[in-house]
Amino acid sequence: MSNLNNLTISDALDGMEKGDFSARELTEAHISAMEETRELNAYIVETPEIALEMADASDKKRAAGDAGLMEGIPIAMKDLFCTEGTQTTAASRILDGFVPTYESTVSGNLWNAGAVMLGKSNLDQFAMGSANITSYYGNVINPWQRKDSDAQLTPGGSSGGSAASVAARSAMAATGTDTGGSIRQPAAFSGIVGLKPTYGRCSRWGVVAFASSLDQAGPMTRSVRDAAIMLEAMAGYDAKDSTSVKLDVPSYQKALTGDIRGLKVGIPKEYRMDGTPKEIDEAWEQGIEWLKSAGAEPVEISLPHTKYALPAYYIIAPAECSSNLARYDGVRYGLRVDGESLDDMYERTRGEGFGDEVKRRILIGTYVLSAGYYDAYYNKARRVRTLIANDFKKAYESVDVILTPTAPSPAFGIGEKMDDPIAMYLNDVFTVPASLAGLPGISVPTGLSSEGTPLGLQLLGKAFDEETVLKVAGVVEEAAGFSALPQLMAGGK
Amino acid sequence: MSYRIKGNTGEWEVVIGLEVHAQVISKSKLFSGAATAFGADPNHHVSLVDAAMPGMLPVLNKEVVEQGVRTGLGLRAQINMKSVFERKNYFYADLPQGYQISQFLEPIVGEGTITLDLEGGDVREVGVERMHLEQDAGKSVHDQHPTQSYIDLNRSGVALMEIVSKPDLRSPEEAGAYLRKLRSILRYLGTCDGNMDEGSMRADVNVSVRKPGDELGTRTETKNVNSIRYVQQAIEHEAKRQVKILEEGGEIVQETRLFDASNGTTRSMRSKEEAHDYRYFPDPDLLPLVLDPAWVEDIKATIPELPDEKKERFINDFGLSAYDAGILVADREKAMFYEEVAEGRDPKLAANWVMGDFFGALNKSGLSLDASPVSAKQLGGLIGLIKDNTISGRIAKEVFEVMWETSKDADTIVEEKGLKQITDTGPIEAAIDEIMAANPNQVEAFRGGNEKLIGWFVGQTMKATGGKANPGMVNQLLKKKLAG
Repeated sequence: MSNLNNLTISDALDGMEKGDFSARELTEAHISAMEETRELNAYIVETPEIALEMADASDKKRAAGDAGLMEGIPIAMKDLFCTEGTQTTAASRILDGFVPTYESTVSGNLWNAGAVMLGKSNLDQFAMGSANITSYYGNVINPWQRKDSDAQLTPGGSSGGSAASVAARSAMAATGTDTGGSIRQPAAFSGIVGLKPTYGRCSRWGVVAFASSLDQAGPMTRSVRDAAIMLEAMAGYDAKDSTSVKLDVPSYQKALTGDIRGLKVGIPKEYRMDGTPKEIDEAWEQGIEWLKSAGAEPVEISLPHTKYALPAYYIIAPAECSSNLARYDGVRYGLRVDGESLDDMYERTRGEGFGDEVKRRILIGTYVLSAGYYDAYYNKARRVRTLIANDFKKAYESVDVILTPTAPSPAFGIGEKMDDPIAMYLNDVFTVPASLAGLPGISVPTGLSSEGTPLGLQLLGKAFDEETVLKVAGVVEEAAGFSALPQLMAGGK
Repeated sequence: MSYRIKGNTGEWEVVIGLEVHAQVISKSKLFSGAATAFGADPNHHVSLVDAAMPGMLPVLNKEVVEQGVRTGLGLRAQINMKSVFERKNYFYADLPQGYQISQFLEPIVGEGTITLDLEGGDVREVGVERMHLEQDAGKSVHDQHPTQSYIDLNRSGVALMEIVSKPDLRSPEEAGAYLRKLRSILRYLGTCDGNMDEGSMRADVNVSVRKPGDELGTRTETKNVNSIRYVQQAIEHEAKRQVKILEEGGEIVQETRLFDASNGTTRSMRSKEEAHDYRYFPDPDLLPLVLDPAWVEDIKATIPELPDEKKERFINDFGLSAYDAGILVADREKAMFYEEVAEGRDPKLAANWVMGDFFGALNKSGLSLDASPVSAKQLGGLIGLIKDNTISGRIAKEVFEVMWETSKDADTIVEEKGLKQITDTGPIEAAIDEIMAANPNQVEAFRGGNEKLIGWFVGQTMKATGGKANPGMVNQLLKKKLAG
């Protein structure tokens, strides 16, 4: 591994601006790293030729004094973003071989800002999962391992390939999407930064939909500053997405002042849950201390409907997915398995095209929307969602930001929790409430567990106040000084 | 007289409700920029959204919303300032998304009224339950391949208005009057071309029967009937079928039926048990539609005079009968034509001419109004010549025929052919004198009391003057001279 792979985006931009190295050199280093770490299965498709072409174009633009916000930065694109001319699968067999004729708004924004595409990163099928074990293209392996064990760990999910590539230094950053924690949880498991912006901040146009009222794209990076840079490049109003919000995109880096004196940090008492490992609580306490030392004021708050968030989420998200995934029917694109009749063709195509977890959620979603069950499940879940949003609204009357753990455990082994979908769903317990409320959240790596694997803390903000989230995250990052490296990264340790 | 089905156990009343799907006139589709024009090659008006490609999102077309509001205002209906688009989920090969975006619990338009114009000028109010906006599906073509179907997505995503009546209709005639009136209103508003042949308007027909005064019976719904005549046939067939079943001790099954135009019957498509569970839920890709009251007011200001008001005005200002006024206003273009003819003329005479000779000639030649060889202004000119006694009504019919052939103005024809009415007593008296001299027997008979002979003398005089004599003057002079 060349030392180019260890740079942050901000350092790399400086280096290229000073002429220390070119976008091509930076990209070549990452292409090598991508090849070297193939065993992690972080990428579904590698696009080295496209990457080099884009890198050369970036070098020209920089030479012409026309460099964009992410000029020459090689990144991984989660394979949920449609990319024109490059296969996009959502990690499902049903879209195997599908090549879009269009570019998603967010990926287009990144290319316009000068980012370079290394490839399409692996994920849980249709972004459904918390361990990246539901991909048609195989599991993603976490670059981190437990002390004295070579057992394969999951990188979390659904943005597992993105998290693994950034942690393993085979990408400087990656896009993720977060529906119930799919950016933040894998970031925590992989020792990187993951930011889910406010719902409506980034366009969903061209992103394969899982649950439309929850899906939100965001950056996965190795520093808070990098997340700020990348979010600025990704975000913005899009007339093609009716749920995107017409707000100016601030320069997020300017928010990273490090000054959080007088800021009130909410500590929700409901997030102290029975059965949470001691070291998770300890990491949380440590985080509170860091913020206190930096002049912020911790305030205990109550988010009383927290315990209903997970069940409500696992009704609303499947309900929407059952409808969103109806278009994969074998008629127009993707997999078609012929049958005796139209219905038979549907059954065979969808039976063979979708993985078990996707089918499970389609079944749950269809059930909760059915006549006779609709009010008991879907409507009740929607009411719970409103109550949860109100919990946050009330809390934000007295605090500026909320600090919680990101996940209830460090990365677990591939194969663990596999036979119990409910145990898997519990991974999202700290991330789902903010998703239901549409609020921004970030996971920052703060240290290692007793097993030697990363732990993350989550900061949640007010709607469209990513700046405060980033500012406080910067302080946590600074205080934590997380510098540990994973075992299975490019170049080894 | 009320419409009744006569059964063995007595008379049955028929209860009908109509759900009309009307294609909205708009340049592009409800949620995409693809064109809506009829008749394009298959799959040529299809955007990425219409084909439901991965990651595509709907964006509401403001023009369609405006048309929806305009229609609601035209139906004198409640405009709901907040409405919600929901997904109606079902699988079909020509439904790319696997759901239709429609409105369910919160439609854009609430209750309204349509006034039916019935035989003999009678009117009756029929309630509109609601109107909502929704996407059309594509088209499946089953007859071009032995084992496979072709799909044409040109219609996929085109905006439809579903206008649901209350179960207020009681006969096939009323159902026909309802559809004609609705179509007339939509055409006046310019929100739907009402062209049933091209599928721009089609109806789902709900029918039940009951003994007069009883509770409502179980209804069936016959889907997608695409002409007024077929709707009437479907009602009649369905009502008789239901009466027969009930009188034989059976029960009506609530079901969806299909109309077979080849023999005017309906047959079962699917029963209630097989009915789809559409799993409606609010479309998370779209925010609730909230209207600005000022915008609705702006639209209100653009609503033209609609058939009911126009009819009222024709009756009150022009002295037309309710029947004549009803015929003239049914079609906006015809009403406008009439008004132009009547401008500055005798409105009743104008109405007679427009509805009589003019519509007659139009029908006979199979021409549309805008292709008529005689313009409204020209027809008005002809009527002016009658009114100022330049020509008689009889001559006017001749002149009109020439106008129809040549598109010349009436006064030019009158001039060229020398058809100007004779209002000078001299020539008329001379003609009468001649006739009386040549027909002494008739003169004798008249004077002997056979006064009916006056008609014969009038005819002879008109003949002698080439029809140009003023009939009033002929009458007057004849009476004087015959009296001796």
